[in-house]
Amino acid sequence: MHNVEQSGTAPWLRRLVAIAVSVLAAGLGYVVLSLPQQAAGLSQIVQAQLHLSGVTNPVTAVLLNFRGYDTLLEMIVLLLALLGVWTSGEMTTQAEEATGAVLDAMVRLLVPLLILVAAYLLWVGAHAPGGAFQAGAVLGAAGVLLLLTGRRPYLALPAWLWRLVLIAGPMMFVLIAIITAVLTSHLLQLPPGHAGLIILALETAATLSIAVTLTALFLGGEPPYQEYQ
Amino acid sequence: MSVALMYALVGVGLFCLGLYALIVHAHILRKILALNIMGSGVFLVLIAMARRTAQGSPDPVPHAMVITGIVVAVSATALALTLLLKLVALRGQATLPDDWHE
Repeated sequence: MHNVEQSGTAPWLRRLVAIAVSVLAAGLGYVVLSLPQQAAGLSQIVQAQLHLSGVTNPVTAVLLNFRGYDTLLEMIVLLLALLGVWTSGEMTTQAEEATGAVLDAMVRLLVPLLILVAAYLLWVGAHAPGGAFQAGAVLGAAGVLLLLTGRRPYLALPAWLWRLVLIAGPMMFVLIAIITAVLTSHLLQLPPGHAGLIILALETAATLSIAVTLTALFLGGEPPYQEYQ
Repeated sequence: MSVALMYALVGVGLFCLGLYALIVHAHILRKILALNIMGSGVFLVLIAMARRTAQGSPDPVPHAMVITGIVVAVSATALALTLLLKLVALRGQATLPDDWHE
């Protein structure tokens, strides 16, 4: 067996790399210091168009309206990562031990609370920091917590339903993209009158997909959907 | 020196520390961790640079990019860790060989 501490580089090469990286750090530091002290970036353009976006939180407006294309592709990246994990085989089953009573009681209290927090984050994202990704991460953490304490949430629903939830986010984006492409002749250009509602629909679907994808990634393979003996 | 600038310099430092570890360590888990630290450095620079607006609120566009970046980084890390487990199962070690023709 190879030692975990084993390093692939000789000491003299390490020193050389350290010097080279230090030079790079100094150069990058100089670049950061020489940047202008004041730079509005795109914030003024975002502020000027914010009233058309359907939300009042500029970050949510950028994510789901002004640059919705980025978020659409990001949902697909998440799905691709999960497909990559699934192609590497089924999840490995590990030896399990009974969880303690305290941990069990804590999870019973914590998971409903996490679901509540996720719903709050999803809703508050329209006008304050929050949104689909934060809500999805919290919900995904609840899923991981369930897995870590020996529960098998993937047995709770049939496989096709889980897969439907996994693609709900990307599908909702594609659906809205097609509808807006037909109606406004621009992909994902949300009509200002209905933008708030459309963003809520997109974010709800995205939250569920992100949460289930993150939990599924944690399994490290496709779960067996039937109870095994 | 403004606080935002200090955060940006810390981000540069994290990026370079990660780059050093990525080159020097042979163990793939360390390489994956190093890549994540490099990514965190980039995110920190982006967030700090967004704070340079004249009025109160920071530029939301880099913030949105960082949220996107975090999700991509998490999913890529999960895929990398799964591949690492498969590699260990196949080769019995978590390092890449120096010579692929061995």
